[in-house]
Amino acid sequence: MSVAPLNLPSYKEKSPEVAARFDRIRARPVVLSIRNLKKTFDTKDGSHIAFQSASLDVHRREFICIIGPSGCGKSTLIRIVAGLEDSSGGEILIDGHPVSGPGPDRGMVFQGYTLFPWRTVRKNVMFGLEMRGKSTAVADVEARQWLDMVGLGKFEGSYPHQLSGGMKQRVAIARALANEPRILLMDEPFGALDALTRCKMQNYLMQIWRKVEVTILFITHDLEEACFLADRIVVMGANPGRVVEVIENPIPRPRSTEQLLTPEFLALKHRLDELIHAPAETDDEKLPMIKLTEAGDEVE
Amino acid sequence: MGLRDRLGLRHELPPRRRFVLMVCSFLLPLAVWSIVSYVPWIWHPRVRVTDPGGVDYFEAGMDVDRDVFAHEAANAVKAGLKAPVGYRVNPKYLPPPHKVARAFVTAFTTPPRLPSEPWLLESFGLSIRTIFWGFFISSIFGVPLGILCGTYRFFARLQEPFIEWFRYLPAPAFGALCVAILGIDDAPKVAIIVIGTFFQQVLVIANTVRKVDPALIEAAETLGAKGWRLLTGVVIPATIADIYIDMRILLGWAWTYLIVAEVFGTMSGITFFITLQGRYNQYDNVYAAIAMIGVIGLACDMTLAWLATILFPWKRSRSSGRRRIKPVSQLIAESPPTGAGELNFTSSPPAELPGGSVNPAQSEA
Repeated sequence: MSVAPLNLPSYKEKSPEVAARFDRIRARPVVLSIRNLKKTFDTKDGSHIAFQSASLDVHRREFICIIGPSGCGKSTLIRIVAGLEDSSGGEILIDGHPVSGPGPDRGMVFQGYTLFPWRTVRKNVMFGLEMRGKSTAVADVEARQWLDMVGLGKFEGSYPHQLSGGMKQRVAIARALANEPRILLMDEPFGALDALTRCKMQNYLMQIWRKVEVTILFITHDLEEACFLADRIVVMGANPGRVVEVIENPIPRPRSTEQLLTPEFLALKHRLDELIHAPAETDDEKLPMIKLTEAGDEVE
Repeated sequence: MGLRDRLGLRHELPPRRRFVLMVCSFLLPLAVWSIVSYVPWIWHPRVRVTDPGGVDYFEAGMDVDRDVFAHEAANAVKAGLKAPVGYRVNPKYLPPPHKVARAFVTAFTTPPRLPSEPWLLESFGLSIRTIFWGFFISSIFGVPLGILCGTYRFFARLQEPFIEWFRYLPAPAFGALCVAILGIDDAPKVAIIVIGTFFQQVLVIANTVRKVDPALIEAAETLGAKGWRLLTGVVIPATIADIYIDMRILLGWAWTYLIVAEVFGTMSGITFFITLQGRYNQYDNVYAAIAMIGVIGLACDMTLAWLATILFPWKRSRSSGRRRIKPVSQLIAESPPTGAGELNFTSSPPAELPGGSVNPAQSEA
């Protein structure tokens, strides 16, 4: 299993343009601030730490990806930010004000679509607008605009079960964005989609993000997805869950799928791979040496 | 067309064969009934006397058991008298199919023997009215209470233990009480149907409501829904179609309480009609009336099923969008597992581009 040594640049090397872009991002106001957030679960044999002392500042219109192995608490983290779970310590500030409980200022897109099956596509998008007290007429017009933006204007009268997975997720994004949230939380939104559709969805999301004033906190376990989408990548580790490193993505924008093979991209992906998989290559992952074949031709 | 094709485990049947089998499910019992009725040497345990001969207590048109007839005939012959003549018949309580079929019409057109007795149509009217009020009154209280119990732990804890206990008390056991409290007319009958339906209704609906996908509630919360708007905007619409199915099943149960309920106080409705016809030995009318209850129940259920396809368009079948009227048994088998989100990977349309020519949504919108 020897691979030719990779001759890659450092993942920290940025072109001057990219470095300048990060300076500009840092100059923007902080939208979401996570301060020393902690989460422990009480189990029968004592308390189990989901993650400890996570801190992160997200700037306006920044795209942050959180990546980590399963069990690192990344989903729990985003659910706490959304207000769907309580934290065990620390605080969450939106525009400098602490928040608790779910609210329309933090939109969420789930992996399981969660569209309301009894509402048509347009009515789904109107839901949040109605809840915020907008009149039906206003909500109707706005919902159409959002649907047009995600390219599903033609399907406004369809029911969710008539759409494909990718289309459902676009409706879910439109529904969350229609509320004009300060931050859009996405919990492995494309995890249930096949590889081709996922690729398209990433492109859509990039286009949407550019057109809408929204900050995105995106959870994934797909390294390429993180490299392709994020400004900064937050790498979390498991046992106990913690933030291992925050990487500034050196790949210039606008991005395209051709960049998936550039040295910068590979360097970044290689680094993420190291961070996530390095300690996992232990003995307990090796299967015992039991052979159940007598075929002479060995698998190479 | 092999055996594997017909009896393969969970094998889908082609629509034509499904229809044929459905017809057969009715024809098979009818065939058994016809054989017993029309083949004279099968069963027919009685003999109808056509000529009494020398047996002094026989009369023409009288039915006697076969061994009695044989015994008397032997005695008569031994005494040198003329042997009685007769032919084998089934007991009066098993009329042949054609008589029952005729009774379907004649039972409606035959006037009652006494002026105080009801016409068949009147009887059905009374019964349907009893069912309607019983089910209606039960639902007014049962449905909201069931939804509350299913949504809020507080109400579930407060109500369900008592209801769990009470539902084991057989409704007819309250007959005497109902008559004492409500008199002898329709009120005690309605009350028994209410007692029989209400407690099951609360528990069944609470259970259905508890199955609402929690992810939908979370999604609604992140969209700004709170408090009672979660109940009216998410929980109720998410479960209403399943509650409707529950109601169809419960209505079937209410029908089964009807006959018992109608015995209390002054007997009325279809029970009175059936009892009366039995007393007059008109068993063809009895069968016709019983079968009619089934027909009315089924017709009622089918109407409700058809109504559901209009009321809940999102429940129409996924692929075709066709309206299919399904019997309750099929709906129970198909009801989705709890909590499973709608992850359907199999049926993605080929293209994903917004401007593309995708149209998976060509239903009858």
